[in-house]
Amino acid sequence: MKFKTYRRVESLDEAYQLLQEDRKNMVVAGGGWLKMSSRTLETAIDLSALGLDRIVAGEDTIEIGSMTPLSAIEADSGIAALASGILSQAAGAVMGLSFRNLATVGGSVVGKYGFSDVLTPLLAMGAELDFYGEGRISLEAFLKKKGRTADILKSVIVPRSLGPGYFKKVRKTRLDFAALNLAVVTTQRGYRIAVGSRPSAATLGEEAMEILNSADTIDEATIEKAARAVASLKYGDNPRASKAYREHVAYVYTKRAIEEVRDCED
Amino acid sequence: MKIELTVNARRRSVEVSPDDYLVDTLKKLGYKSVRRGCDTTSCGVCTVLVDGDPIPSCAFLSVRADQRAVTTVEGIPETASALAEEFGQTGADQCGFCNPGIALTVHAMQEKESDTDDETIRRHLVGHLCRCTGYQSQHEAIKAYLGDEK
Ligand SMILES: Cc1cc2nc3c(=O)[nH]c(=O)nc-3n(C[C@H](O)[C@H](O)[C@H](O)COP(=O)(O)OP(=O)(O)OC[C@H]3O[C@@H](n4cnc5c(N)ncnc54)[C@H](O)[C@@H]3O)c2cc1C
Repeated sequence: MKFKTYRRVESLDEAYQLLQEDRKNMVVAGGGWLKMSSRTLETAIDLSALGLDRIVAGEDTIEIGSMTPLSAIEADSGIAALASGILSQAAGAVMGLSFRNLATVGGSVVGKYGFSDVLTPLLAMGAELDFYGEGRISLEAFLKKKGRTADILKSVIVPRSLGPGYFKKVRKTRLDFAALNLAVVTTQRGYRIAVGSRPSAATLGEEAMEILNSADTIDEATIEKAARAVASLKYGDNPRASKAYREHVAYVYTKRAIEEVRDCED
Repeated sequence: MKIELTVNARRRSVEVSPDDYLVDTLKKLGYKSVRRGCDTTSCGVCTVLVDGDPIPSCAFLSVRADQRAVTTVEGIPETASALAEEFGQTGADQCGFCNPGIALTVHAMQEKESDTDDETIRRHLVGHLCRCTGYQSQHEAIKAYLGDEK
């Protein structure tokens, strides 16, 4: 990535105005993924003077500043206590520690990367995003939006009222992208299941959630039906795994995840 | 743009372009231990410490090092030579290209972790690729070094 000027902005408004002015102005957060790009930008917008790198635990939510590095998410005890620590596990599953000191949660969310390990648990947890211009929006709605995000993400907000959770990153080597990642969480409204690296971005397993949340008991037949529903989401081929492999591991790990979460709840 | 930073406890002032990466700026300043490896943040060879935390200098913009403290392996001579001794003993030292990055990560780990058991060492070393040793001899050398330090 090349760029002509660098602005360490002093306010969110300054950053927002710069983004509106020119499509070639971009926020550079950790810069980890942007580094891989061959694009030439006009202005790199640096948010690091705005105090967006904090994790604040409130009564009902935990608010993670968009510039928070993945290593800080991994190390935070409040986040580790949520949903069996699935978000900490997912952050810790990205590359090595030095990379996680660089890459931020904001870059991981706004990039909407198909392979993202962080998006999957956030989606299952029912996270919300707080943008400077647009205000609050659910991650679920944000992921469905098409096109460029010309807004500044301030923070990612995770509810605290979560039950047990499960996260799995299926990969060939410790440093590899996921062939598939999966998160299951119990919330006050029932089970939530998210699957990512399909290879497209994380999505909710809505049919499976409906099966589980309308069942009287989570018995083996219900789990089997839910796992089949997750395996029938849209998957594809890429160099990490074939469509058929993804369908198979989605089925297997959904079964394991629901069993584990159900047994934790009992 | 001019940035001012501390490298190995010495104040430095240097002219950088907005899109220069720290690996290049440190090389320009004469820190020869800092190496470019994969240039995609995947190999750990370019690791340096910024305010005590390991980061891949191939992806860290030089402008972000303004007013911060950077440590290269030249800045941790005691850790580096004690580790080198152990690397020699276990046969972990072959081409040596990855050694500076590993030494800095071990140094940062020692500063941050109260318990440096096998699992902790492994967690910190993920992201340091080595094409010569197969990792076990490095792990043994680091354990021996940490044992000697206690
Ligand atoms: C070699 C490599 C391997 C990786 N492997 C994995 C992996 O296995 N699993 C995984 O989950 N991730 C992986 N990643 C991705 C990584 O975790 C980060 O998601 C990625 O680097 C983006 O984070 P960043 O802070 O570096 O963002 P940047 O690269 O700085 O930015 C990414 C995008 O987000 C925008 N942006 C950033 N912050 C904001 C904000 N606050 N408001 C508005 N827009 C914003 C930027 O403009 C840009 O479009 C990998 C990345 C690399 C380079």
